[in-house]
Amino acid sequence: MAQPTEHHHHRVATAAANDPALAELLARTPAVIAPGHTFESVTDSIGHLVLSKRTPIGWFFGFAIAFALLMVLNVTIAKLLLTGIGIWGNNVPVGWAFDIINFVWWIGIGHAGTLISAILLLFRQGWRTSINRFAEAMTLFAVACAAMFPLLHTGRPWLAIYWLFPYPSTMGVWPQFRSPLMWDVFAVSTYGTVSALFWFTGLVPDMATLRDRAKSRTAQVIFGMLSLGWRGSARHWHRYEISYLLLAGISTPLVLSVHSVVSFDFAVSVLPGWHAVIFPPYFVAGAIYSGFAMVMTLAIPLRKFYDLEGFITMRHIHNMTKIMLVTGMIVAYGYANEAFFAWFSGNKYEEFMMYNRMTGPYAVFYWALISINVVMIQLFWFRGVRDNLPLLFILSLLVNVGMWLERFVIIVMSLHRDFLPSSWDMYAPTRWDFGMFLGTIGLFLALFFLFIRFLPAIAIFEVRTMVPEAKLKAEHHG
Amino acid sequence: MAHEETAPTLYGLMAEFDTPDALLHAAESARLAGYRVMDAYSPIPIEELSEALGLARTRLPKLVFLGGLLGGIGGYSLEYYCAVIAYPLNIGGRPLHSWPQFIPVTFETTVLGAALACFIGMWALNRLPQPYHPVFNVPAFARASTDRFFLCIEATDPAFKLDGTRQFLEGLHPVGVSEVAP
Repeated sequence: MAQPTEHHHHRVATAAANDPALAELLARTPAVIAPGHTFESVTDSIGHLVLSKRTPIGWFFGFAIAFALLMVLNVTIAKLLLTGIGIWGNNVPVGWAFDIINFVWWIGIGHAGTLISAILLLFRQGWRTSINRFAEAMTLFAVACAAMFPLLHTGRPWLAIYWLFPYPSTMGVWPQFRSPLMWDVFAVSTYGTVSALFWFTGLVPDMATLRDRAKSRTAQVIFGMLSLGWRGSARHWHRYEISYLLLAGISTPLVLSVHSVVSFDFAVSVLPGWHAVIFPPYFVAGAIYSGFAMVMTLAIPLRKFYDLEGFITMRHIHNMTKIMLVTGMIVAYGYANEAFFAWFSGNKYEEFMMYNRMTGPYAVFYWALISINVVMIQLFWFRGVRDNLPLLFILSLLVNVGMWLERFVIIVMSLHRDFLPSSWDMYAPTRWDFGMFLGTIGLFLALFFLFIRFLPAIAIFEVRTMVPEAKLKAEHHG
Repeated sequence: MAHEETAPTLYGLMAEFDTPDALLHAAESARLAGYRVMDAYSPIPIEELSEALGLARTRLPKLVFLGGLLGGIGGYSLEYYCAVIAYPLNIGGRPLHSWPQFIPVTFETTVLGAALACFIGMWALNRLPQPYHPVFNVPAFARASTDRFFLCIEATDPAFKLDGTRQFLEGLHPVGVSEVAP
């Protein structure tokens, strides 16, 4: 798959020779992979993170924090199952709050992983190769965190099975397929399954590498089983590459559909603030925007502490910042569109919804959202900002805060001022709401720490195709 | 006690190369020399190798299409069965067979069917998982997953002759040639 980009590079190099301005621009563009790498050095520098007996002390420190938060999750789930969802702050008219905010937030974060692994692969963006593996892992872990919220919102998840999944139950009851909530069940479970298949397929050749390089018998046996006996046969590679492209082609419409379906949960209702045609594209853009912010949040410390700066280079950081800028601007357009149609519709409930957002009791959250997702992201236009890693780390954390606020604004602020003033009320989360949210952050981080210790965080075989040795020198005719 | 071993004592001959170019050249030469039952092994996918070895295009895309088709038909039929036959409910006077509402789930099951067919189909066509394979008997083969490239001409090839094939492989300037125990 590296071949077409090679032709492209050749053409660019020729053009640069004739144009000093282009040559200067190219000289300022950082490489996708640091120079001087070979098959062996790539394999060793990524593989040893997994095979090394020594675990960095910082890993234990980070994992301990994540694990403590994971225990908070266990406690909140136990309390929830013993007591019921009354321990949460949501109550009529705010029937959806933290549970759905966090569900949408986590699902959105997952989207960047699929965008990187599938859509950028189809667009032949060679730079994706060193970030796709951990971005896909991030997708899986985010989907796991997301799925927990609606499932536990049912209160008794083991009883929810009969109206979530179609199976011949003794009650003779079948799910209601006209409801967007059912579409959500199918979209999210398909998304989780396909992401896992894609991720595992990508891991197999690397498992074979680790099997062959492992010194300890246990590691050899475990990686041996996970590698399925992969031996790098040309016949296998041929089908493998086709299947990888097909999975990418399948995942591309899938990822666009998932957040569209999530947005249908709102858009199909008649509630002002939810019932908007712009929702599907605006949700998808927001998902990719927040997902890239999370990839940045993970990539900046990962490349620093694991010496992966030669693989996750400034080129990746720059490109991801630019994608955040583009998708962030689409989201900003969504906000403008919502405000415009609230006025243009001439519907007084719509008008009031927007007036309440801007001046109502929760207005501070709305303006915080606008200052992050509309104003702050304009900083990404500046090269100085794109080069400043500590600043970018803080900005990407803020983007995640902004996207969380967006879901708060949409969900809670639309519900708490209903059609009838007699049913108006305020919503406040309880400590169990915060416990569950922090707990899923713990689950996510704990899984991520385990992943970078026990599996290759960068796709070794794909990065191998990027080194100069992999380029075919002679013209071959079959 | 004196049991005579009649099974073939050799799986094939394997030549080791240190660049993708050398492997590609070797595969082309071997095919031109009349060898057919052979395989190449590399740590990276090399698109040109399938042509050099004269491999047929895989039928995986057809399987994936079938999987998607089955998934789509299955998903839609499931919805029809639930909403019209098994549990008909009047929701706001809409027809029981309200097909536009059935499209999102049909789309998702189509994707799921295609993805499962792709995943299962690819591993099945590759005959993996396979815990044992003769090529792993060659000690140098451990580097096939890092930085070495191998061409193995199998003993079942009609043109295979232990000495002749070894000479042929030596002529391709490999790093080494090894016999592969079955």
